[in-house]
Amino acid sequence: MKIHEYQAKKIFANFGMPVQDGYVFENIEETEPTIRRVQKDFNTEDVVVKAQIHAGGRGKGGGVKYSPNFDIAIQNAKNILGMNLVTHQTGEKGQLVRKVYVTEAFDIAEEYYAAITLDRGKSMDVFMISSEGGVEIEKVAAETPEKIVKVWIDPLLGMKSFQARKLAYGLNLSGDAFKAAMKIFMQMYHAYQSIDATIVEVNPLILTTDGRIVVLDAKVNLDDNALFRHKDISDMRDFDEEDPMEVEARKFSLNYIKLDGNVGCMVNGAGLAMATMDIIKLAGGEPANFLDVGGSASAETVKNGFRIILSDENVKAVLINIFGGIVRCDRVANGVVQAVKELGLKVPVVVRLEGTNSREAQDILAKSGVDIIPAIGMKDAAEKVVNAALGN
Amino acid sequence: MSILVNKDSKIIVQGITGSEGQFHAGQMLEYGTQVVAGVTPGKGGQQTLDNRVPVFNSVEEAVEQTGADTSIIFVPPPFAAEAVIEASYAGIKVVVCITEGVPVHDMVKVKKVVDQNGTRLIGPNCPGIITVDECKLGIMPGFICKKGNIGVISKSGTLTYEAIAQLVNVGLGQTTAIGIGGDPIIGTTMKDCIELFEADPDTKGIVVIGEIGGQMEIEAARWAKDNVSKPMVGFIAGQTAPPGRRMGHAGAIVSGGDDTAEAKMRILGECGIAVAESVADIGNLMKAAMEK
Repeated sequence: MKIHEYQAKKIFANFGMPVQDGYVFENIEETEPTIRRVQKDFNTEDVVVKAQIHAGGRGKGGGVKYSPNFDIAIQNAKNILGMNLVTHQTGEKGQLVRKVYVTEAFDIAEEYYAAITLDRGKSMDVFMISSEGGVEIEKVAAETPEKIVKVWIDPLLGMKSFQARKLAYGLNLSGDAFKAAMKIFMQMYHAYQSIDATIVEVNPLILTTDGRIVVLDAKVNLDDNALFRHKDISDMRDFDEEDPMEVEARKFSLNYIKLDGNVGCMVNGAGLAMATMDIIKLAGGEPANFLDVGGSASAETVKNGFRIILSDENVKAVLINIFGGIVRCDRVANGVVQAVKELGLKVPVVVRLEGTNSREAQDILAKSGVDIIPAIGMKDAAEKVVNAALGN
Repeated sequence: MSILVNKDSKIIVQGITGSEGQFHAGQMLEYGTQVVAGVTPGKGGQQTLDNRVPVFNSVEEAVEQTGADTSIIFVPPPFAAEAVIEASYAGIKVVVCITEGVPVHDMVKVKKVVDQNGTRLIGPNCPGIITVDECKLGIMPGFICKKGNIGVISKSGTLTYEAIAQLVNVGLGQTTAIGIGGDPIIGTTMKDCIELFEADPDTKGIVVIGEIGGQMEIEAARWAKDNVSKPMVGFIAGQTAPPGRRMGHAGAIVSGGDDTAEAKMRILGECGIAVAESVADIGNLMKAAMEK
């Protein structure tokens, strides 16, 4: 799960980290009072106006503006609220800005990078810093890898002081700033652990001209599998930032991801679902979605799956690909027949059922009288559904 | 021969009184697997599955009473990590964790513990292991398998079944099939399994099925290039997966570098593995590789 910058900073602040803070507004009428409140509460004339969307690269896309005074801040805020922000992470279609964060501004002496995430290869968390902040870390890693310092954390011991020291030395800090950075790194690790984050990233972490270390931007992603123990954080979920059909699918425990093609697919198991998308493409079609109906494909899940796939107007044909293991194919077949009858499908449906009771399932489909195109094997199924989508 | 489990494996089922545990323990018994005990805290002393299997309060007790050396876990995600750790400290040698949805921070700790204790963990979020006609330690449909000489390794459950069905269609049976799981942290990697199959005299060919996300397939392929004498076929799911999106499995996400299907397929090919571009070609490619 992703959250916004302002929410991530709230979490960081709770762990004692010094963050650049401010207030968020969503309605145009709140623009002026919000800016005034930030100016008053943070005792500052200049502010920063920041678009809040679940994507990086906001500054480059024009979603973050330094504003030296009230009038310019108003102008920037009004431009950013409601804008369609396009960044390298949103793709061409961009993301509508519904929330704007107005913050205090700092005079920046240095910009750094700090992040903790899982190193899958080592099965350990890795804390990495770079003296090159404010730019994409991928770029630093490619061009000047010597500027990145990493420490791997023993999961049974947690982060140790010597590791935080190594990171702070990596930023060439000394004196109070060194101590402050060390403390922030320990707090950051504590936050990462405590909230079950999959990544916490501060880019940039800044050294101000008066010698303070401050979190200027914050990114936090959470492990969906651990949300059961973080009710307060689950409540931070912003459904406006997610595809409405994906939100709907989740309610029925269906794993759905919308894509741009016209061949819908419904599959049991994530790996087989991906392989089905791939073979549709190989057959000359474009998959419209990923949909894993999970281990128990009942009549009910099949029906909900259909409803979600067909709410996408691009879909011209649907492929159902089930490998019955524990799931019995005859039950799935009954579910398909029932769903087709109830929903009165207007697009061709190709069905491939393999595994437990697949013969019985084929009989059920053949005798049902509903217009279903049976297929044998994945190649046959993919070719049939792509043809059907082309109207052949 | 086979790898990891066989007809002599003595198995306990952790979470045997839950609905999943009950159902699959029953299926495993039916396949001929030696399920010698179940564990559910608070239900020790009962008998389950028509009085065929005794229930104990702890893994330690179950091991003492039955001499079990292998365990399979069906407990819900909040308790799964601890179930693995309990099994590990009770001296269980091979642990399969079926549970899907274990928090990744839990798994980082579990991984450290099982490595330290020398426990072989398979999963989590996997279908388990089957050694054909000997031991079904998992949730896969046993009847689709046929005894033979191909080893199957896969991150995905249903793709494992798909591969097995294709192999059987072209006349190839299996020694052991392992679903290693689709999470970011798993106990046993693809490379570990290839190493075991290479050392198994009955296994003559190996199928590896990977997917987008992480570097495991690449690590496995590079190792296999220098160390494996047996023909290998590979498939990578997710050629059409958009970057940055989790494709069902918690670990199936393209996040940069060599973790795309395209990159992995290329590297597998460079390492001498016959790569199936289409999932439908796995069986035929293995057949061709075996006939060479």
